[in-house]
Amino acid sequence: MSISWLNDIRSQAAAQFETTGFPASNLEDWRYTNVSAMAKKEFSIAKFVEDVDFDAIESGSAFHFVFVDGYFREELSNLPESITVCSINEAIEKHADLLQSRFNQAINQTHGFIDFNTANFTDGVFLHLAENVVLEKPLQIIHIATQAAILPTRHVVILDKNTKATLIEMFVSPEKHAYLTDSVAEIFVGENADLTLYKVQQEGENAYHFGGTYVQQEKHARFTHHNFALGSLLARSDIVSDLKTAAECELNGLFLGSGKQHLDNLTRINHLESHGISREFYKGILNDQAKGVFQGRIVVAENAQKIDSKMNNRNLLLSNEAEVDTKPQLEIYADDVKCAHGVTVGQLDEKSIFYLQSRGIDEDTAKHILTFAFANEMVEKVTFEPLKALLQNGNKLNF
Amino acid sequence: MLKIKDLTVNVGTKEILKGLNLNVNAGEIHAIMGPNGAGKSTLSHVLSGKSGYEVTGGSITYNDKNLLEMPAEIRAREGVFLAFQYPVEIAGVTNVYLLKAALNAVRKHKGLSEVDAMDFLTLVKAKTKALDMDEKFLYRAVNEGFSGGEKKRNEILQMAMLEPQLCILDETDSGLDIDALRIVADGVNALRSPDRAFIMVTHYQRLLDYIKPDFVHVLADGKIVKSGGAELALELEEKGYGWLEQA
Repeated sequence: MSISWLNDIRSQAAAQFETTGFPASNLEDWRYTNVSAMAKKEFSIAKFVEDVDFDAIESGSAFHFVFVDGYFREELSNLPESITVCSINEAIEKHADLLQSRFNQAINQTHGFIDFNTANFTDGVFLHLAENVVLEKPLQIIHIATQAAILPTRHVVILDKNTKATLIEMFVSPEKHAYLTDSVAEIFVGENADLTLYKVQQEGENAYHFGGTYVQQEKHARFTHHNFALGSLLARSDIVSDLKTAAECELNGLFLGSGKQHLDNLTRINHLESHGISREFYKGILNDQAKGVFQGRIVVAENAQKIDSKMNNRNLLLSNEAEVDTKPQLEIYADDVKCAHGVTVGQLDEKSIFYLQSRGIDEDTAKHILTFAFANEMVEKVTFEPLKALLQNGNKLNF
Repeated sequence: MLKIKDLTVNVGTKEILKGLNLNVNAGEIHAIMGPNGAGKSTLSHVLSGKSGYEVTGGSITYNDKNLLEMPAEIRAREGVFLAFQYPVEIAGVTNVYLLKAALNAVRKHKGLSEVDAMDFLTLVKAKTKALDMDEKFLYRAVNEGFSGGEKKRNEILQMAMLEPQLCILDETDSGLDIDALRIVADGVNALRSPDRAFIMVTHYQRLLDYIKPDFVHVLADGKIVKSGGAELALELEEKGYGWLEQA
């Protein structure tokens, strides 16, 4: 069996990466995030390791697809049997035509992290739901990092017409050393299909993280994304979706930074055709010297009429040294659309603190209650209860 | 219970209260009336411990303790309750959560154990019903999207739960229609007891039709310029405040 098509793509990406490297901060999309310190680390690609401990959502509630240092671990996983789901390496052998028709097709514009990923991915998820299939339980994709290395994974998710699925992507590490996750997902949501994707980024405290999610939505397709950026020293997430007629896209996000964390969130919603709906709501909470970035852009193409789009970004700064850079953008080339955006950056409301104090609650507790309430609005949007409980009970939300 | 002596208070460089004296004993209801800008809200806020007010002279003792030395939350735990003129909306915090956290803070201060979850629910549901509030309000975010009347009822609900000794009602009648006013007044009257005192700060006499005060004081230009019984309120209603300020 020939996989020369893939080898060609990979060697082109390798050549591109050789020329440009990781993104430089003179690029507009990277002006708030400098990855040069990370690039100097010269990590090598992770090797296969045997033993690892991890927590997963209990298997009665979810399927599991487990990666350790970027390698699929079948013996730790628990996969649905009724659908096509396997490692991307297996798909290269067994589902070559379908994979070839989609691979690299959801990405409009590459950069160093994507090129590196394309050239070097070690493994990934390949998932295909055939027409009218509903995945009966969420699939939890768990990335466990144990090595001081680069962990590149590449996923291809294809939902045919009238399908429905929930995926939960989690990034965790038991270690405190530096490493780089470079994970890229290409997602195809077919006509009238419905995908909910949760991302919970809880990498180790010195980790670098890049996660890119590139989505193609067909007519009437629904895509809902919940992005919880909690861990890592420096993290960047890209979420880009192209919407055809009457497609609906909802992007929710919460980034919680403390210490010296740097959390960058870039989103692009491209309304290519008419009657699309998009809702975007991101919240940031930054403490200590943490820095948050929100770059949200909604583009409405010239012939995409009757678009209904809203974008909102609200940020809470808990210290004088914390910082947030927020750049919401609407780029509208059509004339009959309804688009709105709003941004706030503020501190905890003194009136609310006093109101709680006047009911007997001390100032520190009042601040914790109000901070939790601010964050919890995003957690409450999680409709999968075991995940909601996991987030609400996690350390990061106990202010 | 409460002794305010020669109290002077500045906001910024402006003197708002200019030597205010007031004694309130347990079981009494005092109405503080006065024109806008007289310092009524300043008095409520200073009693409850809100920041932004500088006490430049005088004293406030509450149950023989120096009230001004206590942070706001200690005052609340010691039994001082302010029903806000403009209750604050707090997104993401449910009423029931606030009520439980507040009740437990007060109980802990008194050396009592945390309230049992079932007992708490029984209690809060009974109090909610007594104020003609839908139980659904308990699970909504504090005051968020509430009407004016609902917010004021919610204040009285908190008061009923915390069972304070000194209740300060700041313009509680503002923004209430007659039905809501009656419900709020019934809630307050139900809390009247020989151990509890009320200070009602109000611009208008109409609340006093429903909650009969023992004493009425007129606050004008930072001082109490006249005190009397309930009949004084009627006189004010008839003549306005002008005749007192000119006196």
